[in-house]
Amino acid sequence: MLEFDNVSMRYPGAGDVLRNVSFHLQRGEMTFLTGHSGAGKSTLLKLIALIERCSRGRVLLDGQDLNQAKDRQVPFIRRKVGLIFQDYKLLQDRTVFDNVALPLVIAGYGHHEVSRRVRASLDKVGLLGKERKYPAVLSGGEQQRVGIARAVVNKPPMILADEPTGNLDPELSTEIMHLFEQFQQVGVTILIASHDISLINQMNHRILKLDHGQLVAS
Amino acid sequence: MKYVKKKTVKQVKPVKQEPRWQTKISGGNFVDKFHAYRNLHAHALFSSLGRLVASRFSFAMTVVVLAIAIALSSGFYILVANLQQLAGNLEASNQISLFLKDDISEARASKFAGTIKQNPDIQEVKLITKEQALQEFREHSGFGEAVKTLEKNPLPIVIQVLPKNSLENDQALEVMLDDFKRSAEVDFAQMDMQWVKRLQSIMEIARRGVVLLSLLLGAGVLFITANTIRLELHNRRDEVVIAKLVGATNGFIHRPFLYSGFWIGFFSGVAAWFIVTIIMLILKQPIEKLSGLYDDTFHVVFLGFTETLALLFISSVLGVVGSWIVLHFQLRQLKPE
Repeated sequence: MLEFDNVSMRYPGAGDVLRNVSFHLQRGEMTFLTGHSGAGKSTLLKLIALIERCSRGRVLLDGQDLNQAKDRQVPFIRRKVGLIFQDYKLLQDRTVFDNVALPLVIAGYGHHEVSRRVRASLDKVGLLGKERKYPAVLSGGEQQRVGIARAVVNKPPMILADEPTGNLDPELSTEIMHLFEQFQQVGVTILIASHDISLINQMNHRILKLDHGQLVAS
Repeated sequence: MKYVKKKTVKQVKPVKQEPRWQTKISGGNFVDKFHAYRNLHAHALFSSLGRLVASRFSFAMTVVVLAIAIALSSGFYILVANLQQLAGNLEASNQISLFLKDDISEARASKFAGTIKQNPDIQEVKLITKEQALQEFREHSGFGEAVKTLEKNPLPIVIQVLPKNSLENDQALEVMLDDFKRSAEVDFAQMDMQWVKRLQSIMEIARRGVVLLSLLLGAGVLFITANTIRLELHNRRDEVVIAKLVGATNGFIHRPFLYSGFWIGFFSGVAAWFIVTIIMLILKQPIEKLSGLYDDTFHVVFLGFTETLALLFISSVLGVVGSWIVLHFQLRQLKPE
């Protein structure tokens, strides 16, 4: 599903953030990406979401070389990847329903289809019945689950999560991780960046470890 | 068996087997794509309108400012159209009137008219005798009664000369006029409608003025819309970034802003129409009263159907172009982080 082939990333003036990173994620695999702050975790995720492009090497998503992707193809590649963020990135002036519906509206789904899928997605994360609420009145754990519902609502084959439990207490964090496992079970490839070692160790999944831009354990 | 229990057969609906977890990257067949496209446009159209209505105050202020600018140029336009109508009623001919000396007899005047007619540059010659002139004066001047009290007809014999149109050249006309002035029979010669020509030259300047003013105010409308949209874009920065992250195309991001520009332009056009029409209604009565005093030839012209359509079209287009300019230059800088 996802392949990094000798990928290096250099920011002007900051040197190499990633150095010769190579790994391969199978379809339906759940993997953690860990490492100290500044090890290059976020940069690695940005390459997959096409927020950045690598300086050297190749990133293949679903067989497609992301470096070759033209600008107008970028939105369509991003639709294959559900993104989840530490700060949830929800629109505060929209209801939970509208937040989750955004990817479907973007893809041009009709009203009924949007409604059906949003409900199904909210049901999966256990928030059915809170569609009309605004994110501000929800707890952190609930907001993150809205973020997850939004990431999975158009059934992407891959989910990327950047410190999804960074703002949550251990109990909620475990809950969120189990939610990810449920998506893995239906065949979604999941890559979670996290520095919460104890949580990662509990989960018993493959771990990629970055150290100063180099992959030190896989 | 008489009684057979009717067995209810549960109809099993054939469920379309859909892959359980698959992304729809772009719609399937043409109909799907069309529906998706229509959905996107409907969404942008109404969401942009909804957002403008929600921000009533700033929306109203922008529209009023733009409406005043648009009303200024269309008001000036309709003013010129009215003046043009006035000038259009006056035929701009090069007719020359020759007022003959008092001691010239009608026979001599008629002979003089005959010689003028022989000039190849003259199209028409009309002799107005003293009696005809008096008759005309009685009918049209409103001083009929006063004329009756006169012992002697004070009016001179007049010869109206219409030069050929080929003699458009003003210099040639001047030469002809001077010739007439030197004639022994002529007391006084004047080009009748020269002031109409002057008016028409002024109108030409005014018409150009309207074009220039409209260009200037149009540019103003363009940049005011652009600035409004720029603020809107700034306010909705988070939304744009998030939409980009979940796979929005540039088209999807541009669309609501373009529609916002359209609505701003359109409503400004409507408001401008009302401003112009109300002003014209206020002016209508005194103008028509004045017109009534002058043979009733003048009627106030309002913005017609085509002009109204043009007004709405131009203001909507200015709105769309204004927002497009901003999107084109500003959205590139908005990169997701």
